[in-house]
Amino acid sequence: MTDDAPQLRNTALVERHRELGARLIDFAGWLMPVSYSGILEEHKAVRERVGLFDLSHMGEVWVSGPGAATGLAAALVSDPTRLAEGRAHYSMICADDGGIIDDLIVYRVAPERFMVVPNASNREAVAAALRERLAGHDAVLDDASLRTSLVAVQGPRAAELLQPLTDIDLAPLKYYAIAAGHACGQPVLIARTGYTGEDGFELFLDWELAHPVWDTLLDAGKGFDILPCGLGSRDTLRLEAGMPLYGNELDRATNPFDAGLGRVVKLDKPNDFVGRAALEKVAADGPKKQLVGLTMRGRNVARHGYPVSMPAETAPMGVVTSGAPSPTLGVPIAMAYVPPPNSAVGTMVEVAVRSTQAEADIVQLPFYKRS
Amino acid sequence: MQVPDGLLYTQDHEWLRVEGEEAVVGITEYAATELGDIVFVEMPAVGARFEPAQSFGVIESVKTASDLYSPAAGEIISINEALHDKPELVNTDPYGEGWMIRIKLATGAGAPDGLMEAAAYRALIEAA
Repeated sequence: MTDDAPQLRNTALVERHRELGARLIDFAGWLMPVSYSGILEEHKAVRERVGLFDLSHMGEVWVSGPGAATGLAAALVSDPTRLAEGRAHYSMICADDGGIIDDLIVYRVAPERFMVVPNASNREAVAAALRERLAGHDAVLDDASLRTSLVAVQGPRAAELLQPLTDIDLAPLKYYAIAAGHACGQPVLIARTGYTGEDGFELFLDWELAHPVWDTLLDAGKGFDILPCGLGSRDTLRLEAGMPLYGNELDRATNPFDAGLGRVVKLDKPNDFVGRAALEKVAADGPKKQLVGLTMRGRNVARHGYPVSMPAETAPMGVVTSGAPSPTLGVPIAMAYVPPPNSAVGTMVEVAVRSTQAEADIVQLPFYKRS
Repeated sequence: MQVPDGLLYTQDHEWLRVEGEEAVVGITEYAATELGDIVFVEMPAVGARFEPAQSFGVIESVKTASDLYSPAAGEIISINEALHDKPELVNTDPYGEGWMIRIKLATGAGAPDGLMEAAAYRALIEAA
């Protein structure tokens, strides 16, 4: 590494990951585990039992004050003024032209206290945009990302594992709800959110408290055959669940309607918000591209950036945004952008996989839905 | 990490075992571990000819796709059909059941040029 190479950030748990034999990679400037025992095994653990993730690279930006709700409503495409205390929703922050700066989850932790969770790669851009957009609203912003750890337990047995270790009653904690309490003896916020398509919980806590919480969960999880899981399985899990990833399905050249997430944009909210005019036009005219799911007929894996065309057409009409062999379905799956007229479920398309045109079918998203 | 003596290695992490005028080719344990769970190996046709460092196939893991490079000039005389149904053999037994192709060496019997002995390859992956 040369002297001017950027230094990677470590989460509080990096030594734990090394001890557990993780393969560590640079992800958005963080040294993060991509897998421990193998992506397939970790994926299966989350689908069938429970997996443990260190997601401390994610951002946690707090917005507080009497004007926090209206300020966020002016900054984001969703309407956080409508969130009940203890609830969360999925949202996006867009530019004036409607392009997506990031997708995020907004938690209303207290009537005048919101926690916004952006992607690690966009944390600084989101914090900067929020700071600017909150000006004139009676609200203060605190980027707590570098002093907050995030540990997630995901899988059908997550509640069984976590309940004996926390004073928060998990049964009434609904999907996309958040509560403050203790877990593994430490003060935490527990949210019933995740990025896997399974039931699960995300534990937000002070940076250094990640150690006791991680160790306790891993130890208590032995009875459930828990596995520590890396970003590799997180990616295949979210892909099967049809969830977009910033940098793949979402970027500045994409608006929420393109991504099939127009429902997140609350055009009926009373006040102006950044991107409103552009997004109203997209809502009226329809998006220029459409995100679709693909299953491959053969064994070739369609991956990010591969061109998509109609059969026997040489010119590509679209592009693959994410693709992987689906561990649950046993076939390669992908998401891609195609023109809306060619986006119907059942349409056969071709993906240029190296030198071959691989046949694929457009299918309904998500690929996997928990029963 | 196993790097058996007696095999020859490329910088791209293939191994080659000379057997008279023929040679067997696969990828190293290091390569298989770096790739992670292997789900598909795209193989050449029997009879196809390859030059050294020419791509003879592609290996797909959950995470990525990588070219496979021929360590030597030669003609494919057989491929490991077992990998069609069990690509994971490349992970579990990279130097044995996870072999990929058998070639007839264009240079005849003996070790082809330009390949590393086990010690040199060990040094390469330790430096990585």
